[in-house]
Amino acid sequence: MADVNITVDGKKVSAPAGTLLIEACKSAGIEVPAFCYYPGLSVQGACRMCLVRIEKMPKLQTACTVPVAEGMVVTTNSEEIVQARKATVEILLGNHPLDCPVCDAGGECELQDMTFRYGAAESKYMEAKQHREEQQWSPVVYFDRPRCILCYRCVRVCGEGMDVWALGVQNRGVTSIIAPNKQDHLECEECGMCIDICPVGALTSGAYRYKTRPWEMNHVGTICTHCGDGCKTTLGVRRSKGGMEIVRGDNRDKSGINGDFLCIKGRYGFDFSHHEDRLTQPLVRQDGKLTPVSWEQALAHVADRLKQVRDAQGGSAIGVIGSNRTTNEENYLLQKFARSVLGTNNIDHHRTADYPAFAKAIAGKQNATATLRETMTAPAVLLIGNDPTEQHPLLAWNLRTNHRVHNGRLYIVNSREIKLRRQARAFAHVPEAGGESAMVRYLAGEENYASQIETAGFNRDAMRSFRDAVKAEQGLVIIFGSELRGDDVQALVRFGAGIGAKFVCLGDYANSRGAADMGLYPDLLPGYTDLARGSGFAQEYGSVPQQPGMDIVSMFAAAQSGRLGALYVVGSNPVARYNIDPAALKNTFVVVQDMFLTETATTAEVVLPAANAYEKSGSFTNTFGDLQLLKKAGDLAGVRSDFELIVRIADRMGADIRKLVPFGKGVRADMGQSRGAQSGEADRHMVWLSAHNLEPKLSPFDPEALLDEIERLVPGYNFSRLKLFAGHEAHTFAPEHSSVGQPSAPETIVPANDTLFTSGTLGRYSNAMNSVIENRRAPEEIPAD
Amino acid sequence: MKTILTPTPLVSHPDEVRIVSKRFGQGATSIDRYIELDGYKAARKALEMQPEDIINEVKVSALRGRGGAGFPTGMKWSFIPKQSDADKYILVNGDESEPATCKDRLIVEYDPHSVIEGTIIAGLAVGAKLGFIYLRGEYRYLLEIVERAVADAYAKGFLGKNIFGSNREFNIITQTGAGAYEVGEESALMESLEGKRGLPRLKPPFPAIKGLYGGPTVINNVETIASIPPIIINGGKWFASFGPEKNGGARLTCLSGHFNKPGVYELPLGYPAKKLIYDVGGGIPKGRSLKAMVPGGSSTFLLTREEAESASMDYDWFAKRGEFLGSGGVVAIDDQTCMVRMALCIMKFYQHESCGWCIPCREGTDWLKKTLMRFHAGGGMEKDIDQMLYLAENMAGRTFCALGDAAAFPTISIVKKWRDDFEMHLDGKPCPFEKKGARERDLAVV
Amino acid sequence: MRFSEELEARFARLASQYPWKRSALIPMLLYAQDEVGYITDEVVSDIAHRLELSELDVRNVISYYSLLRTKPAGKYVVQVCTNISCLLLGADELFEHCKHRLGVGHTQVTPDGRFSLEEVECIGACSWAPAIQVNYDFHLDVTPEKMDKVLDQYATKAQA
Ligand SMILES: Cc1cc2nc3c(=O)[nH]c(=O)nc-3n(C[C@H](O)[C@H](O)[C@H](O)COP(=O)(O)O)c2cc1C
Ligand code: SF4
Ligand code: FES
Repeated sequence: MADVNITVDGKKVSAPAGTLLIEACKSAGIEVPAFCYYPGLSVQGACRMCLVRIEKMPKLQTACTVPVAEGMVVTTNSEEIVQARKATVEILLGNHPLDCPVCDAGGECELQDMTFRYGAAESKYMEAKQHREEQQWSPVVYFDRPRCILCYRCVRVCGEGMDVWALGVQNRGVTSIIAPNKQDHLECEECGMCIDICPVGALTSGAYRYKTRPWEMNHVGTICTHCGDGCKTTLGVRRSKGGMEIVRGDNRDKSGINGDFLCIKGRYGFDFSHHEDRLTQPLVRQDGKLTPVSWEQALAHVADRLKQVRDAQGGSAIGVIGSNRTTNEENYLLQKFARSVLGTNNIDHHRTADYPAFAKAIAGKQNATATLRETMTAPAVLLIGNDPTEQHPLLAWNLRTNHRVHNGRLYIVNSREIKLRRQARAFAHVPEAGGESAMVRYLAGEENYASQIETAGFNRDAMRSFRDAVKAEQGLVIIFGSELRGDDVQALVRFGAGIGAKFVCLGDYANSRGAADMGLYPDLLPGYTDLARGSGFAQEYGSVPQQPGMDIVSMFAAAQSGRLGALYVVGSNPVARYNIDPAALKNTFVVVQDMFLTETATTAEVVLPAANAYEKSGSFTNTFGDLQLLKKAGDLAGVRSDFELIVRIADRMGADIRKLVPFGKGVRADMGQSRGAQSGEADRHMVWLSAHNLEPKLSPFDPEALLDEIERLVPGYNFSRLKLFAGHEAHTFAPEHSSVGQPSAPETIVPANDTLFTSGTLGRYSNAMNSVIENRRAPEEIPAD
Repeated sequence: MKTILTPTPLVSHPDEVRIVSKRFGQGATSIDRYIELDGYKAARKALEMQPEDIINEVKVSALRGRGGAGFPTGMKWSFIPKQSDADKYILVNGDESEPATCKDRLIVEYDPHSVIEGTIIAGLAVGAKLGFIYLRGEYRYLLEIVERAVADAYAKGFLGKNIFGSNREFNIITQTGAGAYEVGEESALMESLEGKRGLPRLKPPFPAIKGLYGGPTVINNVETIASIPPIIINGGKWFASFGPEKNGGARLTCLSGHFNKPGVYELPLGYPAKKLIYDVGGGIPKGRSLKAMVPGGSSTFLLTREEAESASMDYDWFAKRGEFLGSGGVVAIDDQTCMVRMALCIMKFYQHESCGWCIPCREGTDWLKKTLMRFHAGGGMEKDIDQMLYLAENMAGRTFCALGDAAAFPTISIVKKWRDDFEMHLDGKPCPFEKKGARERDLAVV
Repeated sequence: MRFSEELEARFARLASQYPWKRSALIPMLLYAQDEVGYITDEVVSDIAHRLELSELDVRNVISYYSLLRTKPAGKYVVQVCTNISCLLLGADELFEHCKHRLGVGHTQVTPDGRFSLEEVECIGACSWAPAIQVNYDFHLDVTPEKMDKVLDQYATKAQA
């Protein structure tokens, strides 16, 4: 839309037609105060704080409700306006409790700020204040009525933003009150967005309330460790006996990929971190019992036994299982360790999506993957399978926002009546078991699949118009879940590429995509690189076994038949996930690195207590391929990062650590002497570092050393350092290069099937999440508004 | 639930101009009787007219909205776009909740067909096919009357798919609210009719562009609508001739409070208030004198005796003073009345009726009510007086809808004009106007 | 929930007559209240279901309107207007009179369940002040003596 020119406080400002005055002012650096206005939510005009003077208008106007108009002359700061705002604050403060010293929002309260700014400090109110007891609406949401200023932000974010509509306004006039159904309990997704958006301390978090003052915490913005969307969560940490305790998760500066959004997991699901069952000492099985020992003892034992098995039975007798929740650097290091130190391709992880098939399908295409941000602005989105509301809450938020704010068109193919259908322009309700895949074939033009998807509610006409509508879309983003695997993915990409679509493959955990990209596959090197075409890696690593290794299921079969001498499990619980009989492992030396004594850990001979993603740095790649940095927030005495543990084990096995982790200087040859026959073997890493103006890393435990190597070696990881280190996400393209290998073993894919309130093993140790589940009454589904 | 119907008493005065009230007390609730008394002639005539001509006639009539704001009706109709994708609607505002106003009930009680006929004509003028008559919830007995009238009109073919055999369609739906003053505000009325809380809407868009169900909507007061048929029959000029320029016709004026002859009289616009008080209203009872007058519902600035005796009951006389003629509810207040108690009574109402949406109105009315309660009970302090003025002045013009203004205006006028009354309450003194022995009744906290 | 046949028929009409179904909400609530006495949880969920609204949404609406109640009231609800015109003509005394006569205060129900008392805002009968409403019936120009007669009438009716 054309720009409109206005004058604000004598400053010339231009803004697209339709922009609200308050936003136009903001863009010119002029802040107009507001309680009820919130970008992206419907306009209320209720608080009357944003009053400004517009020339030729008789009364003061609310800047939050007036769109800019050509030639408008606005004053935002005059005696009259300051007086009006002061009076509004005074009137508001009349009945407002002055319990700031104990209020959770103290120090972070917009009402405090406004009172301070407008000097409305004199208490003119002499009447008795209305008091109401505070209420607990859910294990995580408390409501303190007298503090509420009725800005309706919570109501709107819950309804418009979340499509949950759990909050409303009861009564009228001064007795108006924000309330959930029956005024006492929430029937909702427990996202806590209402708490976050509350400008005062009316809505407070059950996890945080009365715990500390905001200024007593450090605030560390890191990446959520739960689902595959990669929200930024700002963790408030405070010193505790065992290190640094995380006391709060929120969305403090809204600078993340998730903007305003966080779900229950990102906001409250950090508490597994200080669960009393956390392991803080290494355990070694003695007389059949896992017994605490020193780190020395434990590490020596692991290294000795692994070395022993490798040397006696060969690397192929060792299996390695990596994690969906460890960092890229750790995953990369783990496969490098497996391939170059243990000498095996027996490496895998719990697969939740067919990333290899996806990579094979889009190999060689450029810019074929969509970023998470694009899902909020794409003109159209086709969602096949999955239930983002439960499994990818941020994606669901983006799709809703796209629908609401940008008029994005959403098409859904699903065998279940997922909630997002309420935002869908068309919903293909396909039959269960294979419906999604048949629909994809139908979309791709294989007409004979029509009979497999036809139902009473979805007839041939509906099918055809669905396909026609999708095909007519330009700038389509296609998002699919683990319902689609192997050839279906191929078919889908063939269809989508024909209309210029971009793709997203949905996997389930915080770093599932990273695990896949980093090569936790028995037959694919980092970047899904074909083993046969991975000579580059072989050269760098010294050696890489040529034969594909065993996948996760085969490893347990090998253990059962006595062919697996050792199994090294890092941050994974395959015994529970793949329903393995622990007896299968009785002849295998099992080492597990984990936070808790999981089903897998209880079968181990050695258990090493590991740090979690909130307790270390490194990077995650979300399921869209967006790379983000983790920052260490919490700290627990006794645990070590998986990175450190792998390095220490390798060290004790006698491996050359400089080869494993490129740290320090001048590793294998001098710089610059790579010319001519006499030249030494150049240290490619050093050459690369200096070419990129980067410093060598000084510690073998610095994951950044491996980030450098990942950037250098993993196809598609030529990310923008500027973006990444400035705290943003940087999109990567691992599936899109041309030397992608053949996908295999789609049958080992086991979707996590997590809901909003579960999160694999982590969820079991989150009291906050469990308390919500226990408290739950089934929410009624209401029609979209 | 059947309601007992005892007819509401009628009064008369020689100065009355019977335009809207001409069929009162003549059995016009029966459709046949209504037709006998020239009923539905105007609708038939309007069917022969071009829409622009209907609107023009209304413009010429200088009819101004009787709901309180006095907006020229013809102009309001002309804002409705000729072409519209969304259906258009006529919404008749019978929420009548402005304290001291009790005129629309008489129209619906005695002449329901005139409202139906006016609605049909409004529909023809703007191209709407559906009209709503929304009455306040307390008027259940009127709903029964108007429901029957609507059914009779359908039976005669005056409503429905083919009205008066013209091949044109018009339908009417009637309903009541459920007790909320704010719902009389036009946008809150639309919300209520859509089954929602009666919160006002953001304007623009104005109802004429995007109103009920998103369609262009004409909203008019019952009396405004009932004025339409006579205008169509007798012409706009005829109607305009009753009042001063730009103030066409007569209006139902509800006299209440300390009048010897309270009641609802139809008086031409521009009628001298002095005559209204002492002649039509019969003066103040018990030989007392007038202390204050509410000119048109409790939302208006109150007048002192001097002001009242020189006032002319038309929109412009008040507008020139920056005040409002209001909704036709005239209250006489005698010299034995405590103005603090009046201010409290008025504020208690607005505090109860504020929808609660915006801060200044929601909090301001409550603060003022509580202060006034304390003040009237003898707990007042000097500084309270100015503070009440400060609060009211900071509500006025700053609220989301006009209810905040409605609460502020009378308060401002009372504090300013009868400051003495406030001062007499200071220092813990009991209210000087309370009858001897009458105990201070604690007001129900509602 | 099953209402009387008459009400079911009315509901069916209401649910279909408006451009948007939701418009039927307030009338439905009023009529249900007339029949059941007050709006019970059951009524809320029934009407919510009929109109495809959430219960919360319905409750938000109910609590906005002062004629809708979610608690039982007396068979006859005596509503005394104490707004300006009535107040000037003795509404306060009238309300006091009712309190004594019925032995209950604002929004309270008599022990026999026959009456409840309410002080209400302007009911649109100002020219005939003081005025009261008992349920939907208006009584105009009420004096304490007239009040007693009116209450007697209803008391007899309640017995019948
Ligand atoms: C708080 C408030 C209450 C109102 N109540 C009524 C009412 O009860 N009846 C009415 O006709 N207009 C009422 N109005 C005025 C309406 O908003 C609107 O102006 C009117 O119905 C338009 O009709 P008219 O142009 O025929 O007067 C009210 C306005 C406000 C701000
Ligand atoms: S002024 Fe504000 S609170 Fe008062 S009724 Fe209007 S919107 Fe509601
Ligand atoms: S921000 Fe404009 S009224 Fe609240």
